Amino acid sequence: MHDMSAHALQHHAPPPGFVRKHIFSLDHKVIGEQYYGLALLAVLIGMVLSWIMRLHLAWPDVHIPGLQLLSKNGAPGGVLTPEYYLQLMTMHGTIMVFFVLTTAPFAAFGNYFLPIQVGAEDMPFPRFNMMSFWVTFVSFCVAVAAFFVPDGPPLSGWTAYAPLSALGAIAGPGQGMGQVLWAVSIAIFCVGQLLGALNFITTTLDMRCKGMSLMRLPLTVWAWFITSCMGLTAFAVLLPACILLFLDHVAGTSFFIPGDLVVSDTLQPHAGGSTLLWQHLFWFFGHPEVYIAIVPGMGIVSHVLITNMRRPMLSHRVLIYSMGALAFLSYMVYGHHMFVSGMNPFSSLAFSFPTLAITIPSTIIVLIWIGSLYGSKLRINSPSLFALGFISLFVSGGVSGFFLAQPSIDIILHATYFVVGHFHLVMALAATFGIFAGTYFWFPKITGRMMNETLGKIHFWFTFVGAYCIFMPFHYLGMAGNVRRYQAFVDDFMQPFIPVHKFITVAALVTGGAQILFLYNLIYSRFRGQPASENPWQATSLEWTIPSPPPFNNFGDRIPVVYHDPYQYGVDGASDDYVMQDSPEQTQSVRDEK
Amino acid sequence: MSQANVVAVNPAEHTERSSPFAIPTKKLAMWLFIVSDAATFAACLVAYGFLRNGTPNWPTPFKFSPTVLNAMAMTFVLITSGLTMFLGVRAAKSTDKKMALRWVYLTALLGAVFALLHLREWLGMIHAGVRLFQNPWGSGLFGAAFFSVTGLHLLHVVSGVVALVAVGSRYNRGRYNADDIEVLGLYWHFVDLVWMFVVPFVYLMNVAR
Repeated sequence: MHDMSAHALQHHAPPPGFVRKHIFSLDHKVIGEQYYGLALLAVLIGMVLSWIMRLHLAWPDVHIPGLQLLSKNGAPGGVLTPEYYLQLMTMHGTIMVFFVLTTAPFAAFGNYFLPIQVGAEDMPFPRFNMMSFWVTFVSFCVAVAAFFVPDGPPLSGWTAYAPLSALGAIAGPGQGMGQVLWAVSIAIFCVGQLLGALNFITTTLDMRCKGMSLMRLPLTVWAWFITSCMGLTAFAVLLPACILLFLDHVAGTSFFIPGDLVVSDTLQPHAGGSTLLWQHLFWFFGHPEVYIAIVPGMGIVSHVLITNMRRPMLSHRVLIYSMGALAFLSYMVYGHHMFVSGMNPFSSLAFSFPTLAITIPSTIIVLIWIGSLYGSKLRINSPSLFALGFISLFVSGGVSGFFLAQPSIDIILHATYFVVGHFHLVMALAATFGIFAGTYFWFPKITGRMMNETLGKIHFWFTFVGAYCIFMPFHYLGMAGNVRRYQAFVDDFMQPFIPVHKFITVAALVTGGAQILFLYNLIYSRFRGQPASENPWQATSLEWTIPSPPPFNNFGDRIPVVYHDPYQYGVDGASDDYVMQDSPEQTQSVRDEK
Repeated sequence: MSQANVVAVNPAEHTERSSPFAIPTKKLAMWLFIVSDAATFAACLVAYGFLRNGTPNWPTPFKFSPTVLNAMAMTFVLITSGLTMFLGVRAAKSTDKKMALRWVYLTALLGAVFALLHLREWLGMIHAGVRLFQNPWGSGLFGAAFFSVTGLHLLHVVSGVVALVAVGSRYNRGRYNADDIEVLGLYWHFVDLVWMFVVPFVYLMNVAR
């Protein structure tokens, strides 16, 4: 397989200049770091936005100093207007989903470690890879630029539901230029992700080193591979959807605007489009997107846990098949986002069954994790703690999915804080914990220095407890009838919720503030951390066979050869309790699946 | 938790086993692009079908002459270009460089003819008053759907023509080889195939009854 693909790989020497080395770099590791940096920048913006929203929800009249500088009309005197609240909420969702949850676990870690873990020198199309990052960066800039156009960012939410998103400036502040920028930004983002997915899949299939059969790929590689397969088709559908939305704005079409619509006492000069069409196109992307965010985290968590349990998962194969089943089913369930959209109720039933079915592979994955953890002597360190946190959040958030999957119950819970709590736990926070686990785990490999363990553990406990303090009450609020996307709770029946919201806001501020520990740890350890050895966790996969930080061409002049399954831990007859994947030592553990 | 089992693990065995995946990387990437692009086209066609179904006054203005005739001519040209592309790939594979180039450039020429026929049709329709947002016959969505679906396809054809010329000239100078011609051939056949969906859905279904 190597001869045939050899010509596609452009062997390249380390580039000489700073720009080629660190900015327009073709090196997958630098691109991975760039993605990580972008995600870090994005998550900071997204978190500050959530703080502003939380403050406003708990104390609607609160003056947030400096906010008027961001938007004179949106926050006169530092107090949010209702519209500006929605605009910030839209940007919070957009930035977090696209530029954090998609880029960090998938593009950042995947770019850095996928080629190393399969034993390749680089991805087969480094230029596409570089373009993928820079296209994503441009997309981010376009999205953020919406803050600085006269009416500010759009207020239609990260889902950009039509007709609100398609009508233009008459629909509200930010729905003109802001929404156009949003559509353009997301369309560009899709192109970047398609380029990335192309590289990931070809790397996994074609660039594996000698002996690296598919079942010998680490679970992380499988997770990224499955994610890329989803990305390849999901983003390909969002791309035309955004272009059609763009045309509705600039070319006078009405794909998503129904006829005879009266907005602000004006009959809209459009005819005959369909608002449901947007939802179909968006959620056909949107549901796989949820798995694009979470599956890489599953891979990272499995990888981290196995290393710290010192034994492989109960079943390597079943875990992979279950992740594959998640990906497959994710295309058939998107309609569960549309139960109350006015879609045919029979469709709701048809979408409800696969949605309930998706709990089967999810449950199998969780049971494999818990079953493997049971009785293992887990090493407790920051990566393994965050991996455990991932499982906890995934289960807690997943359980509420059972309720939402049933149309009859969803009618009541739809568009309440219950849903917000559900997806924040199961997707946003679980994925974030996956990012943290990956960061603490791979930091020594990337920088050659260890992160501070004590700070890491404190960071974990603050974040873990904080996450539950913030998002568990959401479920109760939702069941009590607290509708989402309200900027203040003035109705009588909502008055009793306000103390809960105050509690949540304080929890959010503290939890967010605790992330300073992480940032400090990240920056301090980068320069002053304890030097890390080549393999500080006694792990077995290929990334731990090369120096930390890895040299430009990963394996130097050595061509790695793989002799084992990726997780040879607790092996008797080996010189240590583990056998590296590329060690020719001849052993076979009990769990070696043959 | 485990016992000592000494088993010889032969790495060569695994290389053998993974050989079904040994598809040249560029070709694999093109197949992946085609999968992704097929999803894009599918989304557009589904959107078109969704809107068409939900619109009571959907116009069916196309007449045998000129529209269907023109579509037939375009189809003929595009299918012929598929044949010339195939002959080009076959010549390149048998290292007949001159012949391969001739077929590739002929394919590009046919692609350009297709694009010109298409543009002529577009101009005719625009002249008849069809716009993205209105037309003389019925729902304004008709123009939007027609121009965006055929426009997306036309964009693919034009990019294909540019790619054919670019790859052809690099092939001529020895920078690309027969495999690259084949990979481009995959793309061209895909564009062909998409047209086979566009003709019945966008043209034949809108013929005046």
